[in-house]
Amino acid sequence: MEQIIVKQPSLPIRIYRFYLDGFRQMTLGKTLWKIIFIKLLIIFGVLKLFFFPDFLATNFTTDKDRADYVIDQITQSVQVTNTLEKGDQL
Amino acid sequence: MIENFDLTMVNWARAQFALTAMYHWLFVPLTLGLSWLVAFYHTIYVKTGSEEWKRLTKFWMKLFGVNFAIGVATGIIMEFEFGTNWSNYSWMVGDIFGAPLAIEGIIAFFLEATFFAVMFFGWNRVSKKFHLFSTWMVAVGSNMSAVWILVANAWMQYPVGQAFNPDTARFEMQNFFEVAFSPYAVSKFTHTTSSSMLVAALFILSISSWFLLRGRHVIMAKRSIVVASVFGLVASIFVVFNGDESAYQIAEVQPMKLAAFEGLWDGENSAGLVALGIVNRDKRVDNEEEPFEFEFRIPGLLSLMANRSFGSFVPGIKDLVYGNEEYNIVGAAQKMERGKVAISNLDAYKQALKSGDQATADIHLATFNEHKEFLGYGFLEKPEDTVPPVALSFNAFHIMVALGSLFPLVFFAYLYFSLKGTLENKKLLLGGGTVLYILGLVASQAGWVVAEVGRQPWAIQGLLPVTVARTNLTTGTVQTTFYMFLILFTLLLLAEISIMAKQVSIGPEED
Repeated sequence: MEQIIVKQPSLPIRIYRFYLDGFRQMTLGKTLWKIIFIKLLIIFGVLKLFFFPDFLATNFTTDKDRADYVIDQITQSVQVTNTLEKGDQL
Repeated sequence: MIENFDLTMVNWARAQFALTAMYHWLFVPLTLGLSWLVAFYHTIYVKTGSEEWKRLTKFWMKLFGVNFAIGVATGIIMEFEFGTNWSNYSWMVGDIFGAPLAIEGIIAFFLEATFFAVMFFGWNRVSKKFHLFSTWMVAVGSNMSAVWILVANAWMQYPVGQAFNPDTARFEMQNFFEVAFSPYAVSKFTHTTSSSMLVAALFILSISSWFLLRGRHVIMAKRSIVVASVFGLVASIFVVFNGDESAYQIAEVQPMKLAAFEGLWDGENSAGLVALGIVNRDKRVDNEEEPFEFEFRIPGLLSLMANRSFGSFVPGIKDLVYGNEEYNIVGAAQKMERGKVAISNLDAYKQALKSGDQATADIHLATFNEHKEFLGYGFLEKPEDTVPPVALSFNAFHIMVALGSLFPLVFFAYLYFSLKGTLENKKLLLGGGTVLYILGLVASQAGWVVAEVGRQPWAIQGLLPVTVARTNLTTGTVQTTFYMFLILFTLLLLAEISIMAKQVSIGPEED
């Protein structure tokens, strides 16, 4: 009698088929994925790209420049006061 | 000094952050809490093999999926805002939060991407045990993905385990465990996740009540209610005790916040907790207006909450602003003086380094280190700037507490009548029950208002006010993106409501 041996696909193929079949059988999921893609497109393709640049990354090239800028920002009130005092002396 | 900053821009940036955070928080608690409930339902199905429990699990899993899909990535927008609107803050805390947040995001993504797929696609395709394991891992992964952001928030309220490096202008982590396991962080995480479980249980009660009132999917609704009531009852009791512990910690590390959310202007021994009251909005720290239009206090309870002692002294807003020698409370003016010394010496240190005068730089650095604990106070213009918006803090706190006290009773009532077998006849309870989820969201949002408004003016408690944390941008730029977010989030919310309502209307699917 001839014996039929069914060879099981390898693990990566089984995982691939698992995802593929899962996505194919989705009903509500398809709508949800559309919403996710549109949302990600708006968030990353529009908002991040055109409206939300990383201020320090965009305007300064080195971490030292960024650190100096921030120190300058947080001590600017003192610098204003010192300048005024020097002006008074003049 | 604070007058040098564009307050309008700061306020728009704050409004934008509040808008995005609050919209984001409409989705998050349901994701965090419902993931556990779905795991419980799934476990009962695997244990019993009952098809009814399977249908029930699949139904709530579907609603979990809708909420997750609409809410996912809405939090990323806040990270954009950090880089654009709050660049000084982002730079200064980058060493503490940057890497852990990124790692957390990656781990959460892979954990969720793997187990989410198995949870939704795995019915009859993987073993029952592995399928159930995946559902539990989704719950664990979802809740773990909230850990570091809550640790970060707790650190901003109680900045431990760090040291400010004047060369890099960064707060640098000195002790990871002190940051990650500070009592404030543990309390913040447990309070947030347990309250999210409560919100999810209310979600199930609301929808199941609606089914019972309509006479639809009665068995499923009853079974859902029993599990959600037990889950919600345990979570809501935990939230009450955990909330009390949070208040105790706030009294210790943020006494101004406690005074604001109780509307306590003058410190008192045996201070009472306001059970009911209307705040006088004209009351300021420097005027003699009455603090309340009317109020009903429970004597000694605030002292008990703050210090675990009925007769103890609880400092009021005036004590914290102007100081109180009798109780050894240092006023804001004194802290501001030390803060200004810190800033002056920081500036002088940098100037000395630039001119190559190391000896002078060392002297200024030593003086800076003596006063750096009060760095943030140096940016304030007047002591009264340390007072947060009292009316908003008070109202948010009392709404949260009132609803938080109601929920255990509601869960108990649902459980009691369910076990007695008479729940279907309690039309009034079921009718009121349909809005429980909205009340849960209100309480949850109010909790964040208490936490975030109550800590103003600080981005990092005592070290960095929001006015200095911001980027030097024009107001118009922030206004534009504020309205863009308002539109985007409103559309997402409408999509959520519409899809969710349709799925509830369809009900559980037959296999």
